[in-house]
Amino acid sequence: MTDPKRRRLLKAGGALLAAGSLPLSLVELAFGKDRREHFSFAYLSDSHITHVRGREFVRNWDRGLIRAVAESNLLDPRPDFIFYGGDIAQLGKPEEIDHGLEILSALRGEVHHVMGEHDYYLDLGEHWRKRLGPDHYSFDHKGVHFVVLNSILTFDDWTYHRWSSAAERMHQMARLDNPQGSPFMVGESQRAWLKKDLDTVSHDTPVVVFSHSPLQKIYKGWNFWTDDAEQVQALLQPFDKVTVLYGHVHQIQYNQIGNISFHAAMATAWPWPYPSSYRQQAAYLPKLTVNMNRADPFFERDATGWQFIDLDSGKVDVHYLLPGNRNRVVAWDGKAGHPVDTRYQAEADRIPPQTHY
Amino acid sequence: MNGRFCTAGLLAVFTAAASAAPLGLPPVPVPADNPQSPAKIRLGERLFNDARFSADGKVSCATCHVPAKAFTDDLPVSKGFRGLTGTRNAPTVINAAYMKTLFWDGREPDLEGQSKQPPVNPVEGGLPDHAPLLEVIRKDPGYVKDFRTVFSVEPEDIDMDQVAKAIASFERTLVSGDSPFDRYYFGGDSGALNAAQQRGLRVFTGKGRCVSCHRIEQTQALFTDNRFHNIGVGFRKIRGREQETARQFLQAKRAGAKVDVAVLTREKVSELGRLAVSGNLTRVGAFKTPTLRNVARTAPYMHDGSLATLEEVVDFYNNGGRVRESDPLSPFLSGGIRPLGLDAQEKRDLVAFMKALTSPGLDRLATRGGRNHD
Repeated sequence: MTDPKRRRLLKAGGALLAAGSLPLSLVELAFGKDRREHFSFAYLSDSHITHVRGREFVRNWDRGLIRAVAESNLLDPRPDFIFYGGDIAQLGKPEEIDHGLEILSALRGEVHHVMGEHDYYLDLGEHWRKRLGPDHYSFDHKGVHFVVLNSILTFDDWTYHRWSSAAERMHQMARLDNPQGSPFMVGESQRAWLKKDLDTVSHDTPVVVFSHSPLQKIYKGWNFWTDDAEQVQALLQPFDKVTVLYGHVHQIQYNQIGNISFHAAMATAWPWPYPSSYRQQAAYLPKLTVNMNRADPFFERDATGWQFIDLDSGKVDVHYLLPGNRNRVVAWDGKAGHPVDTRYQAEADRIPPQTHY
Repeated sequence: MNGRFCTAGLLAVFTAAASAAPLGLPPVPVPADNPQSPAKIRLGERLFNDARFSADGKVSCATCHVPAKAFTDDLPVSKGFRGLTGTRNAPTVINAAYMKTLFWDGREPDLEGQSKQPPVNPVEGGLPDHAPLLEVIRKDPGYVKDFRTVFSVEPEDIDMDQVAKAIASFERTLVSGDSPFDRYYFGGDSGALNAAQQRGLRVFTGKGRCVSCHRIEQTQALFTDNRFHNIGVGFRKIRGREQETARQFLQAKRAGAKVDVAVLTREKVSELGRLAVSGNLTRVGAFKTPTLRNVARTAPYMHDGSLATLEEVVDFYNNGGRVRESDPLSPFLSGGIRPLGLDAQEKRDLVAFMKALTSPGLDRLATRGGRNHD
């Protein structure tokens, strides 16, 4: 491990980010000797572009995405690519996907996409695939193996035989705590594809997996959940360094299960509360995660944002850019063997939530 | 009532009862290491008005913060020595004592830090450094006597910290509440606002959504949230050049470039707003929420003085952060800025309400501030 050097860097990076500065140039300097080992990419997610009528779309979601695109375009040095974490659309309409992609077209750089359930359940991903290509694939970049999975599939019976219309199916899947809902899954055929894909990759190659839903089980009622998560994890555990990056949850989450680190992305649209605040059902928010405090409803972009991600020696540091909030950095801690928040991880360093009365 | 604005009344407030803050305002926060005293306030006032602290001997704090003009200068952007202009509108000093950061981009945390910058800015005071300013003070028998009294220092030990502390102490006396709004809202005088102003208050707190940032609390109203927002002002000056401007400036800053010099001398860098101070990419074009107290007396408006009247300001917000509905929107716009759909009556009422935020006794403040000590 490059731990001593890395710890110094994290310290510097954290302090600078606290003041709000960009640490990227420092990172480049510190790892200049072996640039293959270090690179960064930007990650935007969950814009939920919502069509109203004609050329009219919900303004707030448009503005959230427009702003994240403009801000991420300021990253210097440029990230190697941009990843979009799914749910461009709210109700899967071609208008919504097209409008979202039009806004995303202002991004400077190559963009990879993962399918979200809001992109899928109207036409079963037909328009999305027409615009963006296959919904699961892999690629290699600077020594890291990247895998994109469609994790928002569900039982065929639910998808094909339950609903009177495609729109009804979409609306059902968009609901929270829906007794008519159905859990997400990667599914057997994609798992078989994944196994085959990973067979050709050596175990010391860092692997980064993109999914829309968490490939871990947190809260079923909101599909913070993938039903075959354990089976997917089993395929990933043999690798020394694995990271799963997911959208869907609209909040900071991170976890470590065996060799696998998990990180969630912020939405550009709106924040979800943490399921732990919802007491009627069991929720399994990773203990490791330091929650963001409740969003301020008077502050339209509060608890939304986007992130850029540093990969160093195959391990991931996530820099959360949070309009109106102090930015956060969740970085790999080699000593602890899991990701930590560089500012708030220790209990004593956290900001107590406001007490309402 | 106006008595609280005369020197004797103010000194009583700041040396004895902090609870005697004007109606609608909290007690003035005073840092522990810079307590108020009558002698220090008098010294600060003299320093505030001393034009010798500039390269051409003509620019004092009061040049841009003119006491008779509600401590602003009526100009879109201020004029420094030899008539050089910067990029930013002079905010009023009145009630600056309550600000949690100073300057439009909040680059200084307190009044003590603020006053050190303008004398040595190349488009303001124009001095190369603080040495000539300190030399003037050390050679002036009146200042020597006052610094000895206030700070117990001999001439050679007079420094900028003491100068800034004295000026800050003076500025902490420039507070004013007790406006018609305060008497209506906090004083229980239902006749203090006329019908249009009362309707305007409802627009302010309702459909106009002004109060989200220009805050009114239960017992006081500073009319600011002390935060930074991109409301669309100045966007046209930097449109399409944000990436290049931010990249070049942040690189220059890492190499040691001074923020205050860059933002006042380079128009595009100025439009980076809070980003120039914090480097945080989520603060592009974000500027501090100013107070609205005495706003009818502090035209023109916005960080670049680009809006001449309160009517123009209301139209700007009503159009969702742009002068005309057909203008492009900044991609960095804050989430709260959106078209408001105010009709002509609502816009008139809102302006009427803002005119009810003027404190009585401003002219008394002015007379006092304008007094020539030389």
